[in-house]
Amino acid sequence: MAEMNPLRLWRQMLALPNESKNKTIAIAFVISAICAVMVTGATVILRPIQAQNRAMEQQARLEALLAEIPGLSQLLAGSDGTSLTTVVVDLQRARASPNVTPETLPTELADSRNWTQLTPQEDIANLGSRADLKQIYLLRNAEGSVELVILPISGTGYGGPIEAMIAIEGEMNTVAGLTILSHNETPGLGGRIDETAWRQQFASKQIRDETGSVRLAVARGAAATEFEVDAITGATRTNSAMTRMLQFWLGPLGYGPLLDAIRRGDF
Amino acid sequence: MKLWGTLTDPILRQNPVTLQILGICSALAVTTTLAAAITMSLALTAVVVSASGIISAIRKHLPSSIRLIMQIIIVASLVIVIDQVLQAFFYEMSQRLSVFVSLIATNCVVLGRTESFALHNRPLPAMTDALGNGLGYSLVLIILGSVRELFGHGTLLGYSIFRTAEQGGWFEPMNLMLLAPSAFFLLGGLVWAIRSWRSEQVEVSEYVLAPSREGANE
Repeated sequence: MAEMNPLRLWRQMLALPNESKNKTIAIAFVISAICAVMVTGATVILRPIQAQNRAMEQQARLEALLAEIPGLSQLLAGSDGTSLTTVVVDLQRARASPNVTPETLPTELADSRNWTQLTPQEDIANLGSRADLKQIYLLRNAEGSVELVILPISGTGYGGPIEAMIAIEGEMNTVAGLTILSHNETPGLGGRIDETAWRQQFASKQIRDETGSVRLAVARGAAATEFEVDAITGATRTNSAMTRMLQFWLGPLGYGPLLDAIRRGDF
Repeated sequence: MKLWGTLTDPILRQNPVTLQILGICSALAVTTTLAAAITMSLALTAVVVSASGIISAIRKHLPSSIRLIMQIIIVASLVIVIDQVLQAFFYEMSQRLSVFVSLIATNCVVLGRTESFALHNRPLPAMTDALGNGLGYSLVLIILGSVRELFGHGTLLGYSIFRTAEQGGWFEPMNLMLLAPSAFFLLGGLVWAIRSWRSEQVEVSEYVLAPSREGANE
């Protein structure tokens, strides 16, 4: 009868000569299992702390983006009633979503009805599907009209997802600044999208031309028009991912209708 | 004391970086600041000590046909754990070290010690030897990190030592110190200094050039 006591089985296995095939397989299995438990345990236990770190980093980057926009810190510091508010917007209706607050947004987004599937032709930023609800930041002046919006945008780069925020001011056609929240691009090449000097080129670039199509893009080479910023050398895929991401999110399927609504003063 | 010798030998006499020229990739990459060098040293020392302990404890039951892959699995798992801990508790530092913490898994110092020492010794000497090698590696990283941060930024651990010209002082930071080639120069200088002080570390040349003879062409 086969031995079933696990402790004795274990001893029997250890007593086998090291060269035996059964022992080799058993040892490989046991060590792999122990290592798998160790790695899984560490990731699962530490995930909440890491998520908190990332959230703090994003907050810090948002603040850094605001600090980089010329004149904004004086605006915010001034006591003329300007303030930065957080709003959840409904992209399909191009207006604020009254029932959803930033706190309830994660629960709403868990519901697949709040996502729009994108066809391959529409999906230039490689997103798959787009959330209908987005948390944006608005800066209103004393009269209550919108001075500046900060919009979260995302896309797929060469090494993985790119998350960014773009600040748009004035007639909703001028970029005030851009910050990268997270990316996995190659360090030293595509990873340079994170460098201040490159990001700051976006300031005061125009978004749409007279016909209304989104022209803001990363140039092929040096920037030639008021819609373009210089490309990063050696990072063609990252450059084009940034372009596609900007064109998608500022276009009709992204924040385009919302920006129109803000320009009309409907907000 | 034999253990004491096992611990102190790799720090200077058998230093893994300057004598065996192992693990220099990370020694060049993470030494732009002293803080990064210290974090990397601690991470590597923790990995090499625990890996040596574990591998030495199971060495008698490790079939030799799969011993390398098993060692790599153990080392890589430990590296992932350390990486996760760094991301949780030292987030900024882990962003700065980026990929180099995960690359400890391929650091020759680690596999070199487990393969050549831990597989043939009991856990206590194995861990002592690993600690010694970790400290030896750390010593080199800390020397490189201090020199590069001091001359590249004028600071040490972020505290201003030389006031830079930008802040109104006299010191002009040397940008070369922040680039990888400078670490090659410094490491080369360090190896040269150690070998001229301790000439027994100088390797015997494998080939000697034949003396040229006058008129050999004729």
